[in-house]
Amino acid sequence: MTESAGEPDHRPSASLATLRRRAELLALTRRFFEDRGVLEVETPALSRGVVVERHLDPFSLDVSGDGGPLYLHTSPEACMKRLLAAGSGPIHQVCRVFRHGECGSLHNPEFTLLEWYRPGFDLSALMDEVEELLATLLPGLAPQASREVRSYRDLFVTGIGLDPFACTEAECARKTRELGIDAPPHLSGRGVDPWLDLLLSLHLQPGLGAEGPLFLVDFPPSQASLARMLRDGDGREVAARFEVFLRGMEVANGYHELLDAREQRRRFHEANRLRKEDGRAVLPPDERLLSSLAEGLPDCAGVAVGFDRLVMLATSARTLADVLAFPHDRM
Amino acid sequence: MSSYYDTSQFKKGLKLQFDGQPYNVVDSEFRKPGKGQAVYTLRVKNLLTGNVVEKNFRSGDKIEAADVHETNLQYLYNDSTHWHFMHPETFEQYAIAKGALGDDWKYLVEEMKVGATFWNGQPITITCPNHVVLAVTYCEPGARGNTATNVLKPAQVETGGEFGVPIFINIGDLVKIDTRTGSYVERVQNR
Repeated sequence: MTESAGEPDHRPSASLATLRRRAELLALTRRFFEDRGVLEVETPALSRGVVVERHLDPFSLDVSGDGGPLYLHTSPEACMKRLLAAGSGPIHQVCRVFRHGECGSLHNPEFTLLEWYRPGFDLSALMDEVEELLATLLPGLAPQASREVRSYRDLFVTGIGLDPFACTEAECARKTRELGIDAPPHLSGRGVDPWLDLLLSLHLQPGLGAEGPLFLVDFPPSQASLARMLRDGDGREVAARFEVFLRGMEVANGYHELLDAREQRRRFHEANRLRKEDGRAVLPPDERLLSSLAEGLPDCAGVAVGFDRLVMLATSARTLADVLAFPHDRM
Repeated sequence: MSSYYDTSQFKKGLKLQFDGQPYNVVDSEFRKPGKGQAVYTLRVKNLLTGNVVEKNFRSGDKIEAADVHETNLQYLYNDSTHWHFMHPETFEQYAIAKGALGDDWKYLVEEMKVGATFWNGQPITITCPNHVVLAVTYCEPGARGNTATNVLKPAQVETGGEFGVPIFINIGDLVKIDTRTGSYVERVQNR
């Protein structure tokens, strides 16, 4: 939680110098995409349906007599994919997204995502473009050609001697204990993913991207989210997904997008099933997104970048509140 | 009286209880991978042992609140094993073992007011005011004319404790001691 140490909470938490730097980075971002012919779009933050994810909780608005609750988007994904299906070509958007319950030194319930989609790009081409963007916005921290690529499996095997694709919950629990990490209560019986998330967040992540952006690739299929599947070098099924880490912070999440409407619907149902098991509310899937997928999405790769975190890196800020005009405790 | 906090209420200063021990939250951190599970990490200090540990939780986990509150007590007397205090409003008396006081017993003079942390209705720690004035009950005679304060000699005070004082201090002098460091501050005329 952010603490403002007695400062009056009507004042901004970001300094004016930081706000100016933030504006510069926004302008650089806009120019970057303009130069590459990636159209800027604006899509609604409100929607009837949700891109259902196990661990994302949207804000809902109960507007009586309006045909059910409305939701604030957790990312602009659904609408941007609908634009892609309608033939938009490459598109980008910088917008606010809303995730209930996410407050911390690197989290604010309302934050800014830069998201873009590239029809015809595979993961490798998109990773090149992410690297170029980082080099443009953070030339000191992420100079061109400084990226490192590692597979999820290799990170765990090399880092802590655990194979995330073949381990049991008991092995994860033992490894967590060995590393001196306190395991949250009742973690057992929920699969290995919660253990892997814990080990990644608390133990492996802080050391990632110390000298340049680290692209983590080949995620376990259970963590595919909206990505399609592919086979890694050893024939193992992996999610076509990458995450970018810089200075121990997660800054981007990219996918080679899933195109199959039936598979997407199945994943929404699975996510709802897990949510229910976890004691969280079940959410209505975004039917209009599913209709677009059924109509046909061009083969594309997409990525979401945590824009506020880039501003943090550019200004050497310690917390997200340092780069936000008014974080959640000063709303 | 069992109330619980859930993860959305976590913050510094919260008093929690687990494994039958009371803890104070020293720091609270939230981490969440992009599409993965969040973890709340609390750095907590055991109010009995002083040990600091890290405990992790997931969204929605509930932790028992500890019945801990701060109040003031007045020191009465000691029988060399227990130090006796009274609450100035309820007049209830409490005995704290010498061991639980750390070095603080050296500062306690009759009627002194101290801060106290209570857990489940019993005091577990006390906090002395920053400075206390104590009468010197024994020390080597002071050398006249030597007003330097950097060379110290041992002196026993009215509480039975011992402190380093400047050479010029004599028996009967009142000395002000900093309770946070145990060091001599100055000689004073009155309490």
